[in-house]
Amino acid sequence: MAQLTWRDLPIAGVVGPDTTPRPRTGGWRTGVRPEARLELCVDCLLCWLYCPDSAIRLDGTAFAGFDYDVCKGCEVCAEVCPTDAIEMVVDDAA
Amino acid sequence: MRPELVAPVPELLTGGQAVAEAMRQIDPDVVPVYPITPQTPIIQGYAAFVAQGRAHGELIDVESEHSAMSAAVGSALAGARTITATSSQGLALMAEIVYIAAAMRAPIVMALGNRALSGPINIHCDHSDSMLIRDSGVIQLFAENAQEAYDLMVMAPRLAEHPDVMLPVLVCQDGFTITHSAEPVELLPDKTVRAFVGEYVLPNPLLDLARPTTQGPFAMPDSYYELRHQQVAALWAALDVFPQLAEEFAAISGRRYAALEPYALDDAERAIVCLGSTGGTVKDVVDELRAEGERVGLLQVRSFRPFPREQVRAALVHVCGVSVLDRADSPGSWPPLYAEVAASLYGTDVYLRSHVYGLGGRDLHPERIRDVFSPEGAPSYLDLKGAPCRV
Amino acid sequence: MSRLKTMVLKEAGTPPLRGGHSLCQGCGIPMVVRTIIDSIETPVVVVSATGCLEVATTRFPTTAWNVPWLHVAFENAAAVVSGVESAYRALARRGALPQEGPITFVALAGDGGTYDIGLQALSGALERGHRFIFVCYDNEAYMNTGVQRSGATPFGASTTTSPTGSAALGKAQQRKDMTAIAAAHHIPYVAQAAAAHWQDLSEKVGRAANAEGPAFLNVLTDCPVGWGHEARLSPRLGRAAVDSCFWPLYEVVDGHYRLTYLPKAKVPIEEWLEPQKRFAHLFGPGGEAIRTEIQRQVDAEWEDLVMRSEQR
Repeated sequence: MAQLTWRDLPIAGVVGPDTTPRPRTGGWRTGVRPEARLELCVDCLLCWLYCPDSAIRLDGTAFAGFDYDVCKGCEVCAEVCPTDAIEMVVDDAA
Repeated sequence: MRPELVAPVPELLTGGQAVAEAMRQIDPDVVPVYPITPQTPIIQGYAAFVAQGRAHGELIDVESEHSAMSAAVGSALAGARTITATSSQGLALMAEIVYIAAAMRAPIVMALGNRALSGPINIHCDHSDSMLIRDSGVIQLFAENAQEAYDLMVMAPRLAEHPDVMLPVLVCQDGFTITHSAEPVELLPDKTVRAFVGEYVLPNPLLDLARPTTQGPFAMPDSYYELRHQQVAALWAALDVFPQLAEEFAAISGRRYAALEPYALDDAERAIVCLGSTGGTVKDVVDELRAEGERVGLLQVRSFRPFPREQVRAALVHVCGVSVLDRADSPGSWPPLYAEVAASLYGTDVYLRSHVYGLGGRDLHPERIRDVFSPEGAPSYLDLKGAPCRV
Repeated sequence: MSRLKTMVLKEAGTPPLRGGHSLCQGCGIPMVVRTIIDSIETPVVVVSATGCLEVATTRFPTTAWNVPWLHVAFENAAAVVSGVESAYRALARRGALPQEGPITFVALAGDGGTYDIGLQALSGALERGHRFIFVCYDNEAYMNTGVQRSGATPFGASTTTSPTGSAALGKAQQRKDMTAIAAAHHIPYVAQAAAAHWQDLSEKVGRAANAEGPAFLNVLTDCPVGWGHEARLSPRLGRAAVDSCFWPLYEVVDGHYRLTYLPKAKVPIEEWLEPQKRFAHLFGPGGEAIRTEIQRQVDAEWEDLVMRSEQR
């Protein structure tokens, strides 16, 4: 971005989802991240819906993990999980 | 002889009616409008055409000019040729979105009936409304009479939509003086206009679901400056595009336009520079004075934005004395057209004078123009009751 | 198939609003946006007003949007979408659309871009009858610019332009009933919904999308930063807003009012107020009188709504 000239930039700043990178907002986490105990998960999909960062991975309609590249650690998924399958653990990477 | 070259019969039309006819012939897809005097004949004329089935656009009677321009941006970027019209306070209310339309490269055609900005509220002609948005990045063309208003309106979509330009184009005609005065106007055949304007093509239509785009982003200091500079390039490109377009238009109409129109200027010792219908009055005075042996001339400015700086310099550098007539003022500094002409003539030894006139629709009479041309000169504020506060 | 599974399939692995945006940790807006877009069967084009959602998801050169998206200014989302929708109809009429098939137009604005600066354009668009869904993600203040009060800010709430202090106890005015204002335009579908009741919201979106004319959805949306609470509290707080009748869930279909949720047991307003720092002063000196007044207002409006509603 620092080196692109006015001729290089798209006209009027119009971009598409494929032409732009996805910022890694996982760096926003401040010490905790979600982890799931799959044996408790009933694939209700509420975490998928409520996550503000679309950070719940699915395999079809089954829970398949967290996208830690964008998860901000807000804990809403842990809150809505009806079976307490999600808990917030210490995030060593933070 | 090709049938289309047979001399058309001129119709008696006001500038407003003529522009409504141009809109009918262009047949845009969407027309969002809000009424304001003296633009009203334009939109009423167009609305009548729609009601008669002679024009087929979506006429959106919006609830304010701000919404008219907003709807126009949405429509133009969605993929529909869009035209709107306004004057004065309407343009002022639109101003926020006019800047954005230019930045978003929405090729909207806007018909303007030049009218004084409030306050006090005044419905008559001056150029303060155009001057309000002169930094907005839109193209501004000034018509001298109803024929020109029609012709420039027909050319406007091609100029706006040119791939090197992609900017809104404002076609300006003096309120009441042109909008409401009937003159002979030659209309081109409907088919000719349709063929001339062609199809509306966008690089990034919003409604292309296969290629979703994000339009109207938030830009930080690291990119705002560059994104704005793209507009600068587009405006200068318009100076190159306009003559090409004018050539095509001349072939279908027999009338040729340019960014500047010199009139008896080649050997002029003294010249006037002005915008709009005043040019017509000046031409009459020039003819009279020339018959009396005076070497006077006129430089009529047709393209105010982009301002043809080098061409203005080239046209006036040989003239001894140039008087710039401004139908708008910039209190606390130089009047707008004067400032641009002066900057364009910087470093030459042309003697420049500034005159403000005609604010709020006060007519400028031939006698006063004679005064401007006279060796004694004329006041810096023409026809002001009382001497100007500073000379 | 369950509603959520249908929504998953609608996303097909490409969420309309993906992660990587800079909305706050725990922001209530994205799940409202995804619930809405995922509950619409047709392709969607979004027009956004200036605000949290717009600024945080489209910082050039990035974008979090996988659907066509347009932003022009703050007060004109409804006017812009009127233009887009009119263009769609004009192009459809002459067979000039890039693709065949229906599109649903969704305008997204915060309470600022709906109740206040956006009100004129919204009113005009509703009166003209354009076919679109206008969604207000109502977090009850101008959050993006620093939590300033809006016409949606509840009576007694502390904001940065209606702060508490020794001389004042938060916002002194009752908020507008924007849902009623929309209903007064005689449009086919109006609804009040809440992020915490996602299924009710999703069902309303379906009805809004089928309306033959303008639809208006006012969705109570949590703002942990502006309201002053831990992000993970949002779902509970949202349910308290609804169960206390502070934010009733209802719809107006062709002018007929219908409650879509009746609390099994109406809870006192304190359950809604107490967890939020913006109401903390109401639990200190002078606060009780305001809480009483808030309860009175809520009860009166609820009674009025019940009277107007027909259970269909």
